[in-house]
Amino acid sequence: MLSLTLREVSLALREGRISPTELCRKCLNRIKKTQHLNAYITVTEELALKQAQEAETRLLQGAPKGPLDGIPFAVKDNFCTENIKTTCASKMLKDYAPPYNATVVQKLLDQGAVLMGKTNMDEFAMGSGSTDGAFGPVRNPWSYAASYTEKTGAVPESDWVVCGGSSGGSAAAVASLTSYLALGSDTGGSTRNPAALCGVVALKPTYGLLSRHGLIPLVNSMDVPGIMARSASDAAIVLGILQGLDMRDSTTVAAPSSPTELPEHFDVKNICVGIPKEYHAPGLSEETLMQWSRVTDMFERAGARVEQVSLPHTQHSIVCYRVLCHAEVASNMARFDGLEYGLRSKVDSSTEAMYASTRHEGFNDVVRGRILSGNYFMLKQNYQHYFVKAQKVRRLIADDFKHVFSSGVDVLLTPTTLSDATRYSDFTQEDNQTRSTQEDVFTQPVNMAGLPAVSVPTALSRRGLPIGLQLIGPALQDKKLLSVAQWIEQRVGFPSIRDSSESRNETGVTKREQTSAV
Amino acid sequence: MAASSVAASELLYNMKKQILILHPKVSCIIRRISTRSPRRYNQPQPSAKSAPEQLVGVVGLEIHAQIHSNTKLFSGSSVCFSAPPNSLVSFFDASLPGTLPVLNRRCVEAAVMTGLSLNCTINRKSLFDRKHYFYADLPAGYQITQQRRPIAVDGMLTYSFLGGKKRNQVIRKNVHIKQIQLEQDSGKSLHDDLRSQTLIDLNRAGVGLMELVMEPDMSCGEEAAAAVRELQLILQALGTCQGNMSEGQLRVDANVSVHRPHEPLGTRTEVKNINSVRYLARAIDYEIRRQIDVLQRGGMVQNETRAYDSKSGETVPMRDKEGLQDYRFMPEPNLPPLIVYEDNASLPTGTDLCQAVVVQKIREGLPELPSVRRDRLVQTYGILTEHSFTLVNEDGLVEYFEAVLKATKRAPRNVIGWVTNELLSYLKQHDMSVSQSPVTPPALAELLELQEMGHISSSVAKQVFQEMWRSSGKTATQIIHEQDLGLVSNTAQLHSICQKVVDSHPDEVHAIRNGNKKVLNKLMGLVQKETKGRADPVLVRTILQEKTS
Repeated sequence: MLSLTLREVSLALREGRISPTELCRKCLNRIKKTQHLNAYITVTEELALKQAQEAETRLLQGAPKGPLDGIPFAVKDNFCTENIKTTCASKMLKDYAPPYNATVVQKLLDQGAVLMGKTNMDEFAMGSGSTDGAFGPVRNPWSYAASYTEKTGAVPESDWVVCGGSSGGSAAAVASLTSYLALGSDTGGSTRNPAALCGVVALKPTYGLLSRHGLIPLVNSMDVPGIMARSASDAAIVLGILQGLDMRDSTTVAAPSSPTELPEHFDVKNICVGIPKEYHAPGLSEETLMQWSRVTDMFERAGARVEQVSLPHTQHSIVCYRVLCHAEVASNMARFDGLEYGLRSKVDSSTEAMYASTRHEGFNDVVRGRILSGNYFMLKQNYQHYFVKAQKVRRLIADDFKHVFSSGVDVLLTPTTLSDATRYSDFTQEDNQTRSTQEDVFTQPVNMAGLPAVSVPTALSRRGLPIGLQLIGPALQDKKLLSVAQWIEQRVGFPSIRDSSESRNETGVTKREQTSAV
Repeated sequence: MAASSVAASELLYNMKKQILILHPKVSCIIRRISTRSPRRYNQPQPSAKSAPEQLVGVVGLEIHAQIHSNTKLFSGSSVCFSAPPNSLVSFFDASLPGTLPVLNRRCVEAAVMTGLSLNCTINRKSLFDRKHYFYADLPAGYQITQQRRPIAVDGMLTYSFLGGKKRNQVIRKNVHIKQIQLEQDSGKSLHDDLRSQTLIDLNRAGVGLMELVMEPDMSCGEEAAAAVRELQLILQALGTCQGNMSEGQLRVDANVSVHRPHEPLGTRTEVKNINSVRYLARAIDYEIRRQIDVLQRGGMVQNETRAYDSKSGETVPMRDKEGLQDYRFMPEPNLPPLIVYEDNASLPTGTDLCQAVVVQKIREGLPELPSVRRDRLVQTYGILTEHSFTLVNEDGLVEYFEAVLKATKRAPRNVIGWVTNELLSYLKQHDMSVSQSPVTPPALAELLELQEMGHISSSVAKQVFQEMWRSSGKTATQIIHEQDLGLVSNTAQLHSICQKVVDSHPDEVHAIRNGNKKVLNKLMGLVQKETKGRADPVLVRTILQEKTS
């Protein structure tokens, strides 16, 4: 039951094959069993059971609120949840419980979805491994899957792999079958990257399509709430619920009028798939390249037009992103001074001293480093040289995409990450900045341009770890992207981690892998 | 830093002695036209010997006007002056993480309205920026303002004041408005020195401000005060700002420097903490005088912020702990560009009419501005310009004046004195606004009619007015009746009083008979004194003329 898709479990609930409270308990148990993954910072057990009970009443009355009624979900810990701790995996907010719900959280709750808890991440979403949070790293559930341990002879306790980031906890929650969907946030790839490494589907929607109200920002001009689910079709259901104008976020846009439900059979004959040549980046693993070619061939064989295209300014994206990101970080983090909320240092010799020590104690090195460089970029004498220049390059990067899409290309197909997940012990050999530079290379340009993108898992590597590919589309073509993603999904036969206790009863149904994660 | 502040206080001490003997208006008088070629000194050097060129003051103003609006600039919290601390604070105002600014349309309209009234160009597209600094009453660590592209630019304020020896000459001047920008107000810090605590009140945090920058086109306190007064009247007429300086709705910082005409501007100081128009004039004049003094002693004016101390009438250096601030401006990413539309035709299709800000609509709805109003009053009623100033300066007085006129046949010139002298002085005495006056316009009109018809004399009329003020509700007729204040027109009675006066003043009678007819007025005065001003002056004159012929 736990390994079903959202669509399937929704049907099961309606047909009474399982009740919301039963489902909720199963998920809570599963969370307990998979505690070593460190996917959750806060588990809202009591609230979840209460919400499940309410959903159950509605379902029994035959009046569910919608397809999400009674469905367990998880939320990255940088979305505000009313009276529930929202820490951003930082000491700064370690005990902070906001007085309101983020719009996207509220919309899910309004649909009767059941909140299981808040998921782990890199501190303030700064990172690409979910290794740099105040509550410890998140372990990739696939580290414990037979596919990995058997093929590599790895010992999970020492050889576990990272789950990507910064929304690693959300990806792990969906992959380890504790939630049917999860919210992540995506600023430079933070939803797609962990989704690819954990083998789940991730949608980074068009900028402005989903409200950022209540999302504790990293880079306001690039942040979007991301959707993580087990299938493209599930992501589409959630998109349909979350998208649209929000009075509280002036950067939101109206949702396209067409329904988000995906067609069961999508014809790729009439689409043109662009393959950006610049994405043959150094460090791209042979296996990922192979998957990329494999799916490209699949499109060609199915009659789609496949074209090589060029995004010449993409190579400058990362450095430009760093300037803009650090500048906004410096600005956004200025509010954490210990006065209104969050940590307040005991040092009180002066207001300034209190600010300084609060910020020193509350933020990790990565956050402090970005604040420092961000403020440097914004200094009067540097502003033109760094910030303005980076903005100009950002425009060029966005224009690259525009040119490609106006030349008749419908979607771009690229890898999501350079390779499959790295062992934690290897990952931490490099610092956060180096890792982010490497890991965000394929995902980050999309945020610069505000475009929608989907990461879809395509295969397991030789190490038995997921590999994902990315689809990028023109603004507001989110649904079309998901349709294409579903087309891929239907053809690649990607396995899912299966709750071992359940799989014992269902013998050899699919080629899905088993996990030894208990 | 320490050394310089010691020097400054020493300087200040020396100056105090000097300043006391200076007339505050001196700075205006010393402005003279120079014929010398410009020299390039940033610090004007006082010439040791004959000083053919005098140092003159140069004044620019930075004005923060709190927008009169029910809610704050970017949040739905209410705006109210004396609410309990921290009772008007939304999640956004307290900078809770994840909250976003939502622009208040009313504030945009107020800025456009103000910009139009000050002859500004309204930027069709303006932008918001973040200005960063750490301060306890700035919760987000930055203020949202309009640094790169403000909503209105390049305007002009025409202001007038009464000058000349008799202060009855209207002097008209212009000051350029560089820009009007929308920005957030900060909260308030209350320092409890006893417990060495700072308490923060965020009620004001996020209230909408219009920052108006007036170019340094003024030369003394009087001009600056007149410009601010005119601005205050305009804002009040528009209803975009209540303009009360003591409640902080209008905050004025003055940038003051001195130089010799045609030379580059001198180093300026910024004078803050000015909370009335009167203090503004005094603070500026003091500061000009101080700077001239510093230079004449061979010193240098420091670029610094000074505070005006209204008790001592002096400006004193403010502690500026931060030193040089780099505000690290950057675009506010959570607000799209602010677009205003010229007219309905330029609205993009599908725009919600209720949401769009349309300049033409605002222009059509502009009320009569004070300068136009003064001109109209002078032209329509034939009153003196100075009276038009008095009328317009007092909120509601024009309406009062016009209401009185409507209810009486008396000429405006006969009414104006009653309104600008009697009524206004009573209001000032009792610290009341026009709307609070116990004497309504029809009541005053009735009184004036009674006087016109000869029922009472002018001196009795004033007496009745006083009585009407005191016992509000009673009409003039009632008071005259009750207190028997009607004119004495009993001929026999008047004859006997007049006879008594004539008999007891033989010298005066003699003078009249010798042709000095003016002396008759003295006798008339004496008769009125006898009758407590109630005698019918026309009748008395006839009788006296008879008796002295």
